[in-house]
Amino acid sequence: MTTLDILFGAVGLITAASAVLSVTTHHLVHAALWLVVTLGTLAGCYLILGAELVALVQLLVYVGAVVVLVLFALMLTRAPMGSSPEHSSSAVQRMAAAMIGAGTTTLFAAVLLPALGGEIRDTRPGDTQGIATQLFGSWVWPFELLSLLLLVALIAALAVSRMPTTRNSSSERESA
Amino acid sequence: MIHLWLPLLLVCVLTGAGAYGVMARRNAVLVLVGVELILNAANLLFVTMGSVLDDTLRTGHVLTLFLITIAAAEMGVALAVILALFRDRGHIDLSEPGS
Repeated sequence: MTTLDILFGAVGLITAASAVLSVTTHHLVHAALWLVVTLGTLAGCYLILGAELVALVQLLVYVGAVVVLVLFALMLTRAPMGSSPEHSSSAVQRMAAAMIGAGTTTLFAAVLLPALGGEIRDTRPGDTQGIATQLFGSWVWPFELLSLLLLVALIAALAVSRMPTTRNSSSERESA
Repeated sequence: MIHLWLPLLLVCVLTGAGAYGVMARRNAVLVLVGVELILNAANLLFVTMGSVLDDTLRTGHVLTLFLITIAAAEMGVALAVILALFRDRGHIDLSEPGS
C-alpha cells in the first residue's frame, strides 16, 4: 500500500457511500446534498490522481453550478421537504433496479479489473501548462464547437421553458 | 504510485449506483441525479487513464473537461424540460401517464 493508495481509499470510500446514499435516500433535498458530497469528494479523487485543473473545474461547474440547478429544479417543482417514499418506485421495481445496478457494477469490474487492476502506476504530476497547450492547440476545434453547443443549449432551454403548454392553451380557450 | 484497481473499482460502484438511481426513482429530478453519477463515473475513468498513460495529447484530461461542459449543458436543457413538464402536468412523476 502506498500513500496515494491510502488517500484514494479514504476519499473514494466517502464518494461511493455518498453516491449510494444520494440514490437511496427518501428526502429529495438530501439526495441533492449527498450529490454535493459525491461530486466534491470526486474532485478530491482527481486531485489525488494528479489532475488539479480537472478537479478545480469539477468543483466550479458541478458543485457550483449543476447542484444549484438541481436544487432550483426541486424548489420550482414544489418538492416536499420531509421524507417522501412515494418518490421511489415500488419495492419490486427497486429490487429489480438494485439487481441491474449490481449487475452493471459486476460487469464493469469483470472487464476493467482483470485488464488493468493489477498494475501499479506512477501518476503524472499535474501539468496544467501542458493541458492548456494541448487544449488550445490540438483540441481547439472541439473546444470552439463546445462553445457553440453551450449557446445552442442555452437558447434551447429558453425556448423550451417559454413553450406554451397544452394546459395553459386549453384554459385560455375555455376563458375565451 | 497508485494501485489502479482502486479508481477502477470506484468507477464500477459509481456506474452501478447511477444505474440504480435511474431505474428506481420516479421523480424526474432524481433520475437526473442518477444520470449525473454515471457521467461522473465516465469522467473518473477518463482522468485515471489520462493520469497513468503517457499521452502527449493529454486526451484523458481534455476529454474530461469537455464532458463536464457537455454535462452542464445537458443539465440546463433537462431542467427546462422538467419545468415545462411540471407546468403542463402539475407533477413530475415519471411512472404516471401524461394527460
